[in-house]
Amino acid sequence: MKSILIKNGHIVDPSQNLDQQANLLIEDSKIKGLCDETTTADEVIDASGLIVSPGFIDIHVSLCEPGFEEDETIESGTAAALAGGVTSLGCMPNTSPVVDDRSSAEFILLQAARAANCHVFPLGAVTKNHEGKELAEIGQLVAGKAVGFTDADQPIENAEIMRCALQYTRMFDRPILNRAQVPELAEKGQMHEGFHSTVLGLKGIPAAAEEIMVNRDIALAELTRGRIHLMCISTQNSVSQIRRAKQKDIHVTADVTPHHLTLTDQMLETYDPHYKVLPPLRSQEHIDALIEGLKDGTIDAICSDHTPHASEKKTDEIIGADFGIIGLETLLPVCLQSLITPGHLTWSELIRKLTCGPAKILGLSKGTLAEGADADITLINPDIKYQLDPVSLKSSSQNTPFLGKELQGRAEIVLVSGEVRYRAEK
Amino acid sequence: MNIDHEYRTDISNGWTRKHILGLQDLSKDELNIILNQASEFKRLAAIGETKLTPLSGTVVANLFFEPSTRTRVSFGLAAKRLSADTVDFSSSGSSLSKGESFVDTAKTIEAMGVSYVVVRHKTPGAPQLLAQHLDANILNAGDGTHEHPTQALLDIFTIREHFGKIEGLTVTLVGDILHSRVARSNIWGLKKLGAHVIVCGPTTLIPSEISNLGVEVSNNLDDVISRTDCLNLLRIQFERQRGHFFPSIREYAHLFGMNKQRINKAKEDVLILAPGPINRGVEITPDVADGPHSVILGQVSNGLIIRMACLYLLHLQRTASLGIPG
Ligand SMILES: [Zn+2]
Repeated sequence: MKSILIKNGHIVDPSQNLDQQANLLIEDSKIKGLCDETTTADEVIDASGLIVSPGFIDIHVSLCEPGFEEDETIESGTAAALAGGVTSLGCMPNTSPVVDDRSSAEFILLQAARAANCHVFPLGAVTKNHEGKELAEIGQLVAGKAVGFTDADQPIENAEIMRCALQYTRMFDRPILNRAQVPELAEKGQMHEGFHSTVLGLKGIPAAAEEIMVNRDIALAELTRGRIHLMCISTQNSVSQIRRAKQKDIHVTADVTPHHLTLTDQMLETYDPHYKVLPPLRSQEHIDALIEGLKDGTIDAICSDHTPHASEKKTDEIIGADFGIIGLETLLPVCLQSLITPGHLTWSELIRKLTCGPAKILGLSKGTLAEGADADITLINPDIKYQLDPVSLKSSSQNTPFLGKELQGRAEIVLVSGEVRYRAEK
Repeated sequence: MNIDHEYRTDISNGWTRKHILGLQDLSKDELNIILNQASEFKRLAAIGETKLTPLSGTVVANLFFEPSTRTRVSFGLAAKRLSADTVDFSSSGSSLSKGESFVDTAKTIEAMGVSYVVVRHKTPGAPQLLAQHLDANILNAGDGTHEHPTQALLDIFTIREHFGKIEGLTVTLVGDILHSRVARSNIWGLKKLGAHVIVCGPTTLIPSEISNLGVEVSNNLDDVISRTDCLNLLRIQFERQRGHFFPSIREYAHLFGMNKQRINKAKEDVLILAPGPINRGVEITPDVADGPHSVILGQVSNGLIIRMACLYLLHLQRTASLGIPG
């Protein structure tokens, strides 16, 4: 029975309202609990100056295997996760073939076990081949350990299909994760519709494209009593609709990405395709509303929407370029920059959005340092400043607008199931 | 003939810009340098000096990734009038022929000794992209729905020629503002030179944020026509409309077309411009297009000298930056 003592760290665990200087003991891959100075262990980790947090949980990650191994593999993607402090991730089913049957889900678990980096939780498709027409084998997928259902970046367009999906998944108490966007309003859109799209001559995607579907999904969740999770919400009006729905006890949850909290549509001025994401980067008043939503609990989690693209897919021309950026390795520093430094959230509030918040959405028994929990732990260095350099990225793709930028804060040491799986380079 | 000295001095003084990517970036002074340089070329042409030599020995590449015979011919001729050699590349299909990117294509062509690249592309920002990756001086010949600086400059030049000034004039752009690069460039240029700009068209073809560029928005041509000094009738691009921006061509012509009746409501010396091939009977009736207020053909010849002026100024910048005595 191996024991590890994490000494002198600042323990922040929102699941137990812990925010204090203390020592933490791990025994046999599980959390044993807080302990005093005199406790001894097989291994001691000095956490002076570090924050000791439950390992981060990112429920919106594309790992691209099988089918798009030129972008990312389960091995490279989970290594990137570890380097970002993420110990559990929800893996998008947008592979080729799509994860719409049991064997596909099991393949992901097998590859994740071989990689032995972080925990991977497969998400299954809502519809066969993400076509939006027929329900995927949701029950079989649950048997294959799928923890939620989503057509990834493909919004579920047909309201009747969405209604059935919400009804059907109730049998398994699993959520549907939808990216809300009305396709006909977003068709050929490249960026947020507003002043900057007008000047740049790029076709815009109006905020209403998201808000209409947010409204629809909430109405269907109310109708079916199913669980809807809205991914990557990005507008002021989405936040207020979700806030109202929660007050009515409708089963709705929501997340936001760090880049939507930091970057505005003005960044597209350079026509740099690295700012081309879905939903599009919005204007400052939308960002302010998202931050309000995080503060008052309307938004439950922060997810990276890690979307790797080999460089040839982020072509130089903005119109031909694919949407999406990688995000696992910048998750923490970008949150720090947009939320902690300006004083919008405390560390405890931020860590909640990165740990027990997402765990609750997918029903995972993770995101806590409570006694008996798996010892998945991230030790955060909040002060370190560095430049994001392409060589140090563990992801096989480099499509991020933060490349070369000055960042602050990173995961210093990461434990998964009581094992040190990652240590930042000095 | 040795008239080089004359057009090299003072007019172009103060030009330091490497590329002409759009009118959003140019200052009032820079706009005036281009317009004055064009005037000088026009004067020279009027006295028979049509073949000038400043660009001899240099190569201008015309990269047209979107079909446009008129603009391509105009740029080609402008380069030849300045004695440059030209290479043409046009590809109307997908700009990304398998495996080779747009930038790769441009770099390959640049490697053939090209100093100036004229680029037309369906993607906004394509000229900016070339400016980042090439050593050549880039001249934007239209990028998607973003900007079309030389077309706007020739419109502005034509207006200035007619009225002797831009400041204080009211210029109304009529039609599809949403999809028009010509409108965007015109707005930047005209505003900087002190004009009042009205954009006029159906609500579906005017982006709601356009008023933040400092223009007046109108959906009723009859309301604004009497205060307008110059009307610029933008072409309705039927291929972009796909039937849902307005109900029918007939209705468009009825609401926004320029015809005899409307001319009668206009100022006596109203000037009518129309960039690019016009749809007769839609934006403008034939009697008005061929009537005394219209300068449509004059615009075409002004296009040539504007493009000469732009190429020439880029050449001045290049020789100055390379330390070649002017
Ligand atoms: Zn995604």
